Amino acid sequence: MKWGMVIDLQKCTGCGECVAACKRENNVAVVEPKESAMGRTMLWMDMLTIFEGDYPRLRVRQIPRPCMHCDHPPCTKVCPVRATYINEEGIVTQIYPQCIGCRYCMAACPYTVKSFNWYKPEWTPGIRDTVNPDVSVRPVGVVEKCTFCVHRRQKAKEQAKSEAREPRENDYQPACAEGCPTGAIVFGDIENSGHRVNHLAHSPRATRLLEDLGTEPKVIYLKEVD
Amino acid sequence: MDDLSARPHPDAPLLRPIERPARNFYLIVGILLAIILYTGFVYLRQILFGLGVTGMAQPVTWGFYIINFVFFIGISHAGTLISAILRLSKAEWRRPITRMAEVITAIVLAIGGLHPIIDLGRPDRMSHLFFNGRLQSPLLWDITSITAYFTASTVYLYIPLIPDIAILRDRGVKPRWLYEFLSWGWQGTERQHKVLDRAMNILMVIVIPIAISVHTIISYIFAMTVQPGWHSTIFGPYFVVGAIFSGIAAILVLMIVFRKIFRLEGYLKHVHFNYLSILLLIMSLLWFYFTFSEYLTGYYGHEPNEMRVFWYKFTGDFAPYFWTMIFCNFFLPVLLLCNRKTRTIPGILIASISVIIGMWLERLIIVVPSLANPRLPYPTGIYIPTHTEWMLFIGGISVFVLGYMIFARFFPVISIWEIEEGRKESAKIVTERISSYMPDIKPTSAGE
Repeated sequence: MKWGMVIDLQKCTGCGECVAACKRENNVAVVEPKESAMGRTMLWMDMLTIFEGDYPRLRVRQIPRPCMHCDHPPCTKVCPVRATYINEEGIVTQIYPQCIGCRYCMAACPYTVKSFNWYKPEWTPGIRDTVNPDVSVRPVGVVEKCTFCVHRRQKAKEQAKSEAREPRENDYQPACAEGCPTGAIVFGDIENSGHRVNHLAHSPRATRLLEDLGTEPKVIYLKEVD
Repeated sequence: MDDLSARPHPDAPLLRPIERPARNFYLIVGILLAIILYTGFVYLRQILFGLGVTGMAQPVTWGFYIINFVFFIGISHAGTLISAILRLSKAEWRRPITRMAEVITAIVLAIGGLHPIIDLGRPDRMSHLFFNGRLQSPLLWDITSITAYFTASTVYLYIPLIPDIAILRDRGVKPRWLYEFLSWGWQGTERQHKVLDRAMNILMVIVIPIAISVHTIISYIFAMTVQPGWHSTIFGPYFVVGAIFSGIAAILVLMIVFRKIFRLEGYLKHVHFNYLSILLLIMSLLWFYFTFSEYLTGYYGHEPNEMRVFWYKFTGDFAPYFWTMIFCNFFLPVLLLCNRKTRTIPGILIASISVIIGMWLERLIIVVPSLANPRLPYPTGIYIPTHTEWMLFIGGISVFVLGYMIFARFFPVISIWEIEEGRKESAKIVTERISSYMPDIKPTSAGE
């Protein structure tokens, strides 16, 4: 079983709901505007803007960017304390109490997906009341990133167990996939040939970011066709 | 004190700073302590608030601390490595230089080795490195090699120091207990000399591969990633060459400073500066050769991500630093040191300081541009170090100066017994050695 994600750029409108849903779901800290301007914004799901060509042939593309959950992650290789590792279901996770904050994984990640808690994370009073109790809040000085909402996997497993049934196909969905209004993000077991995600991953439109690096990302993009 | 002057020592200029320390010694120590204390306060602030007080952000997640780490460890290659090579090759002119060089290593290595810890987001969890360390990570290799180098180089500094400590003990220099304890019962017997020689021989053979491994592994931290500008096979030797290069420059600066302050003109003669500066010149050319190969292969391959970093250095935001580095590390030292007229003490001093600045810039140019140009289109700003980072840099240098001053206050910076030994024996040994190189005078048989 290997969890993977397909993002259909043909369907994606660049609305940013995945970014917002992720931020809420995972208790990702909100930094001050001054900090944000320095480049300390914390986003597990980011929306990349790519400008292609020049006026009048300018094209702007929006690409939602979660962690790629590589099968050969460059980040886990360099971690000196095993604070980041790839689990048996292919999810690259972080162990916050183990992280020493050396930021080697951030320097090694070719996709630059990791965020660092430069200060103690804080939430404005309104947001503080809505933090998700399922996701641990990170302390200052550790690295964090998208985990494919791995806590939801745990929850789905327990739910299925309590109902004495096998987990259903779509029991486990990360917040971004759930929130996407156009259904551009499809998530599931990429090795299960019966699942839609497997079908889409083998579409001729399928491509992966920086494929030539051999990191084997499990986030697959479907190219725009127009 | 009067019994000291009753016994004039042939190497009195080397003992004077210890027996009669200069008056402004305490003044300078006080100033340095004030700087260090303030630096400690600044660091405390970083511990309390987190790494947010630095100028680092995403994607430039490594800044001054890692730059200074690489820089200081580079300087540390001056000492033990060069002293070991000179001793091993039986270069007679080494005698007044080795001690000074070894002290640089010991102090700078301690400072440099602390930098990755300063850089940690969670220094309180440092023990994880020992209890949960992953040996697959280049950072662990680094810890291993730096610890080995520090151990070997402090022992290598201490062992040839024992006879000198005994000289100080016998002259009754205060504090007596210190010299009594550290001289380890040295009486200068033949057997003791034999053991000392053997220990030094073993250490200098061990220390050379360790020293080379240290900077190679530091380069591996960068080279083992797939990032453009870092993922290069020549990084290991390139870093080692750079380290020795900056190290020689550091020795030369210190030699000039001590010659002036301690009036050691009789010991540090023109020949020492001449030989070392020629070595500096060779390293400058070697450094340029490596830099040239590194960038030419990158440019010729023209891989887009590699080229982004390349142009960032050559014409982009980092161009001023890049071209200053080329000037400081290559053009200025080569111009000054090629010409015998400018290869004077002031000329060498300018060249050495220029190399130290240039090598610091090199570390900056290696660490930041690769991080500042991520492969995916992120908005990136320029990395601006904050007051905290500058203070920790200045504090690091202050610790070095203070450490060196304290060493020079209690121990001779030039090995007295090795100078004595040189006076007594080296002329004879060298004559014998040279005559052994020469073709035999005995004529070969005419029949052949």
